[in-house]
Amino acid sequence: MQGISFAYGHAPPVLRDVNLEVERGEFVAIAGPNGGGKTTLVRLVVGLEEPTSGHVELLVRKVGYLPQRAQAGIDAPLTVRELVTTGRASRTRLVGPLSGADREAVRRAIDRVALVPQADRRLSTLSGGQQQRAFIAKALAAEPELLVLDEPTTGVDVEAQDAIAALLQRLRNELGMTILYVSHEFGAVERFVERIVLIRGGIVFDGPPSGLPDVWHDPSHAHA
Amino acid sequence: MLDLEFMRLAFGAGIVVGLLAPAVGFFLVQRRLSLVGDGIGHVAFAGVALGYLLDLPLVLTALVVSVAGGLSIELIRARRRTAGDQALALIFYTGIAGGVVLVSAAGALNVNLFQFLFGSILTVTRGDLAVIAALGACALAAIALLYRPLVAVVVDEEGARVAGLPVSALNALTVALAAVTIALSMRIVGILLIAALMVLPVIAASRIAWSMRSTILLGMGIGLGSVLSGITIAYYADLPPGGTTVLVAAATVLAAEFWSVVRG
Repeated sequence: MQGISFAYGHAPPVLRDVNLEVERGEFVAIAGPNGGGKTTLVRLVVGLEEPTSGHVELLVRKVGYLPQRAQAGIDAPLTVRELVTTGRASRTRLVGPLSGADREAVRRAIDRVALVPQADRRLSTLSGGQQQRAFIAKALAAEPELLVLDEPTTGVDVEAQDAIAALLQRLRNELGMTILYVSHEFGAVERFVERIVLIRGGIVFDGPPSGLPDVWHDPSHAHA
Repeated sequence: MLDLEFMRLAFGAGIVVGLLAPAVGFFLVQRRLSLVGDGIGHVAFAGVALGYLLDLPLVLTALVVSVAGGLSIELIRARRRTAGDQALALIFYTGIAGGVVLVSAAGALNVNLFQFLFGSILTVTRGDLAVIAALGACALAAIALLYRPLVAVVVDEEGARVAGLPVSALNALTVALAAVTIALSMRIVGILLIAALMVLPVIAASRIAWSMRSTILLGMGIGLGSVLSGITIAYYADLPPGGTTVLVAAATVLAAEFWSVVRG
């Protein structure tokens, strides 16, 4: 990202002059207070928003995206397998049924999040942590090179947060995936990330977690 | 009953409509656009009126005007310059007002518009059935072929955009299919009631189904059952087929709700 500024309509800019470069295989946490521009930043990365000025360049082709408060936008019963299959859309041809290779990729994605026994269960019958893992599997189904997760542990218990953190670390180690992890609090993930980018209208800190000034250690209270 | 040609034609058209309406309606319901069918139905009325004015086949003019109206709703909604319900209201009332003005201009205010508004068993011709069967088959084939991307959009529209799917085109296709369904169904169910046949079987199915795919298939089954029993009851009890069909579908929703509560 070079010289990125962004404003919603005629409102004051949410982000000003952001410059950010992420290397392949990095596990980067995007932190900051609510309203600081974290979600806007990743929406710019995945192409859901166009910057007011500056430009975004992605050197990877496949992106997996888990939006904030992910939930299926439908009332109909939806199984885990059906949800994860929708995440395969970017790898499959537009018309016709799923190929054997695509079905296998969906199965692998479900396996990675350890939901094989629940694959044909309705999503609504799973716990909050299991549902969140199902949405991560949906993002993984396209075998992405870049995984963007926006507040993936919101509303899940500590045990589920640990499971998600361990899963992300495994994905990074085994697949060399680049991960952008947005959160206002890190919990179990903090020990895995090697870089924290603190956002408050722009980048106010970019470095290893150990370099984070004490006053910002809980980034949700970064008012300094 | 099946000795009568008009009943065979009505059943033939009913089979297509009963299968197609819930299949299309599934995607509208899941996108919280259940009332779009109603809006397009009112626009279809303007299409019927245009057919009278220009002395053209009514199914054809209703089809063209409905598709144009449906795409207009989607365009206005997608640009987000107007709230979804306001966009719907604009098209909704313009359609019905345009229909009244056009029918009046055609000097046809005395024609039996009731049959288009609420359906009539007697109005399906062999030509209509051929058009309904051909276009219905095309619409069902489009849904079958594009099932996966259509589902990806209703489950997570932003995720589908990130995945590079042509989301705007798929949304436009959904409303175009809804418009085609309404134009094809107006003979049987009527343009004021067809939206119910797109929505109620899907609601009933979602109460008892175990997956998304089973919701669509059960919805199509319930739609087919509602139309066939609606036409049959209408024939023997001398009732309007559209109203009877929709009441059967509504009863199915209540039964499914009851089943869902009992099952726990």
